[in-house]
Amino acid sequence: MPGAEPAPRRRTGSGYGRYVAGRLTGAAVSLLAVLVTGFFLFRLIPGDPVKFMTGGRQVSVEQLAAYRREFGLDLPWWRQFTDYCGKALTGDLGTSYQFRTPVIDKITEALPNTLLLTGTAFVLYTALGLFLGTRAAWRGGGFGDRFHTGLALTLYSVPSFWLGLLLIVVFSVGAGPVPGLFPTGGMESGDTTGFAHVLDVAHHLVLPVVTLVAVEYGQTLLVARSALLDEKGADYLTTARAKGLRDVQVKRRHAVPNAALPTVTLVFVNLGRVVAGTILVETVFSWPGLGGLFYQALSVPDLPLVQGLFLVFAAAVILMNMVADLICPLLDPRVGR
Amino acid sequence: MDPDPHGPPPTSPTSPAPPRPPSPPAPPPRALPPGTVPPRTAPPGALPTRTVPHRGVPSAALAAALVLLALLPVLGAAPASWDGTGARVSGRDEDRPRRTLKVAVSQSVDSLNPFLATRLLSTSVHRLMYENLTNYDPADSRPVPGLATAWKPSSDKLTWTYTIRENARWSDGRPVTARDAAWTFTTMMTDEDAATANGSFVTNFREVTAPSATRLVIRLKKPQATMAALDVPIVPRHIWSKTGDLAEFTNDRTFPVVGSGPFVLTGYKADSYVRLTANPVFWRGAPEFHELVFTYYKDGDAAVAALRKGEVSFVQGLTPAQARALADEPGVTVNDAPGRRFLALATNPGARAQDGRVFGDGHPSLRDPRVRRALFMAVDRDMLVDKVFQGYAVRGEGYIPPRFSRYHWRPAAGQRVPYDPGEAARLLDGAGYRKNAEGLRTGADGKPITYRLLCHATDPNDKAIGRYLQEWYAELGLGLRVDCLDNVTDPWTAGEYDLAFDGWSVNPDPDFVLSIHTCAALPATPGAPGATDNFICDPRYDGLYGRQRAEYDPAARAALVRRMQSRLYDTGYMNVLAYPNAVEAYRSDRIASITTMPEAAGNIYGQDGYWSWWSATPAEPYGAGPGGGPPTGALVGIAAAGTLLAGGAGALALRRRRTVDDRE
Repeated sequence: MPGAEPAPRRRTGSGYGRYVAGRLTGAAVSLLAVLVTGFFLFRLIPGDPVKFMTGGRQVSVEQLAAYRREFGLDLPWWRQFTDYCGKALTGDLGTSYQFRTPVIDKITEALPNTLLLTGTAFVLYTALGLFLGTRAAWRGGGFGDRFHTGLALTLYSVPSFWLGLLLIVVFSVGAGPVPGLFPTGGMESGDTTGFAHVLDVAHHLVLPVVTLVAVEYGQTLLVARSALLDEKGADYLTTARAKGLRDVQVKRRHAVPNAALPTVTLVFVNLGRVVAGTILVETVFSWPGLGGLFYQALSVPDLPLVQGLFLVFAAAVILMNMVADLICPLLDPRVGR
Repeated sequence: MDPDPHGPPPTSPTSPAPPRPPSPPAPPPRALPPGTVPPRTAPPGALPTRTVPHRGVPSAALAAALVLLALLPVLGAAPASWDGTGARVSGRDEDRPRRTLKVAVSQSVDSLNPFLATRLLSTSVHRLMYENLTNYDPADSRPVPGLATAWKPSSDKLTWTYTIRENARWSDGRPVTARDAAWTFTTMMTDEDAATANGSFVTNFREVTAPSATRLVIRLKKPQATMAALDVPIVPRHIWSKTGDLAEFTNDRTFPVVGSGPFVLTGYKADSYVRLTANPVFWRGAPEFHELVFTYYKDGDAAVAALRKGEVSFVQGLTPAQARALADEPGVTVNDAPGRRFLALATNPGARAQDGRVFGDGHPSLRDPRVRRALFMAVDRDMLVDKVFQGYAVRGEGYIPPRFSRYHWRPAAGQRVPYDPGEAARLLDGAGYRKNAEGLRTGADGKPITYRLLCHATDPNDKAIGRYLQEWYAELGLGLRVDCLDNVTDPWTAGEYDLAFDGWSVNPDPDFVLSIHTCAALPATPGAPGATDNFICDPRYDGLYGRQRAEYDPAARAALVRRMQSRLYDTGYMNVLAYPNAVEAYRSDRIASITTMPEAAGNIYGQDGYWSWWSATPAEPYGAGPGGGPPTGALVGIAAAGTLLAGGAGALALRRRRTVDDRE
């Protein structure tokens, strides 16, 4: 009976609201899972932090016991767990074993450095990847396409530390006719202030950013290219051309927005990774960021610092995934239904 | 045990040093060559104080990132401070360049609070900031005056009296007194946090007092021969008594940090740099370099590149390949110095606790001295020095490396265990471990013997030596499984190993490295934390250890220490394979001379004292070699050319696109 069929539901604001609420809940649950996982995961790393901290030093048995008391390592695991969760929920990530300072201080000290390096690189490699990817796909099969795809694949496969060292040898020390233009490492000379300091940091930033961009832009390029290639033969583009639109308008107004979904997701996932830094490039260029800090924390293991960093890294990725989820329905209404 | 040679190295301090009963006269202040380094003329305390904000601001970084993005095309513009010679020019210092000594380091500072810091870099920086009661002679590591000009024990050996020098000043101009020292030691005895780094030095103290400004009295619970080797930085009481909770005090927020050493801490940024400025009122005389900056290179190859370029003047911890590459570099001197570390092959003698309980699963055959001797006879230490260390090491014998000449011991001809695989095989036959039909030696259970060797996964030398040992032991009919782990502590503490690579850095006073082989160092119960290195417990060794600790006569104590090493060698639990060298390099066009330790042929980085950086003299003309950066003019030119090219290319592309669109 036709009259009994429910009318198709129209997508309303409240539908999107439910979608948003669902995504927010999902993110919160993920964050909680990370909190719990972080506690147990890093306790699987073998090793006694107290032994490591005192390794090579004259320490009495009483002192070892005092360390354990100080860091709560003498408590049963469930007490350590409840203490950790309780404090984390109030924003207290504990005190680093090796640096004896609040974990949050170590993170806020290194976070700006990482954001500066990976953030700058992110903007550049995303822009470059999107631009070249779109261009390559639109002229698919041509020389430009083959050249850019080949180059991107090659650079994507290059180990970043190796490329970094190569750049140092060529552009820092100088090789043949190339003069040594840039510093060999670090983030600053430490003896400048004001605008000279900005220039000094920028000078130090060039090679690590170039390394990161070279290694990372390929991924964006390949995803953007492949998404656009899928759209290229679609009928609506023929329609658009038939309407008399110029090629560039067909590309920008019709093809690119429809191919944006996978690329936008990738861009936001990458944006989440920006917080974690990159251990290899930070090491080669002695950049004082979170990646190097995480490595140091893992090698002890400095449990409060490892857990704190893990939480921050995971929170950034979860947050950015959530933002991508919230944006996707705006780009393609079918997503949120 | 030193579970991880790459872990935080021992604090340079450790033990004691036999006091010279009539306390030695203070060495005269170093005569500075006339006209070389004008000591800073600023009055004490004249360095302006500034406070560094506690935390970074992420939003500021983001803003900076955006600004930098806009600046990328002109990034060629170099920091204005480079003058082309690598020297930093400062308006503060009249018309001559400030001479800055930049040292590449990789280790993070754990804390700049000397009560908490334990890492080598941090303790080295504290050595430069704060004078100890005593120092070590760079020539032979004997104790020499520091803040104390003289020290002597009472006749009952339980009270030590130190005379504090009158001409020492804090960098803010106030005199250093015995009360500062008494406050420092007493705080460590009464505050658990203050005992974090150096608490072991005061465990035997009963009371520390300062009857006058120049007299410090330490009363002991029992005699202790190490009282002239108290490696404890003495801090200014007038500053530190107001800091509140010592565990919370980072000592890196307000600069300059008041100290009494040759340098004053004037700047610090975690994992970026540690900046020290010459202390004009240092009692021994101000250093000749105006500034000493420890700057970070986390990658060894990048540090070598920085040295070649002239960005830094000193690098350490070179690999043989890096050392060889730098040897031919003009303006660079490679310092191949005897190390303070030994590398040994240790056997598990059967793990046990002080309560007598036995634990772990060490192979029972290793309790037979003939088997241990056979294992050592099968090791060709010369081959290891030649092939693995490529010459950058010395063949091992006694427990204390030869650089500590006073305590170093070598076996006599008749006592030496030679490399003799044939004799090793005969010893194993004699011990009852004969080969079966397949040529494999079998244990008491009839099964072929395969030893497990604990190796540090991060140490390529361990792995390489492991492969040689596998070959040599296979010829004897013994199996060897090399277990390379990131963390060897757990199996080691549990006694679940047969053989292990063992290494320690030795301090000028050997008390600590000797103590880890005493029965008292065994864990109280199985699995409990203990100070033992390798579960060795030998009553004869213990007797000698007790005697040396209470022996106040330096020569007699040194003789006892050598006898202990002889006993350790004969028991065969530890086979010292080699003493790896300290390989470092510096720019000789920046540093004209620098004191090594030992002075004759020693290392520069990580000395027991501040001799290297205090004594370093700048080369004249300073910085004749490569500069730290290219000339600013060249960079601006390159940046301008780059901008023009980029702009031109962009304009062309836009124009082309427009015409393409128009054509369509």
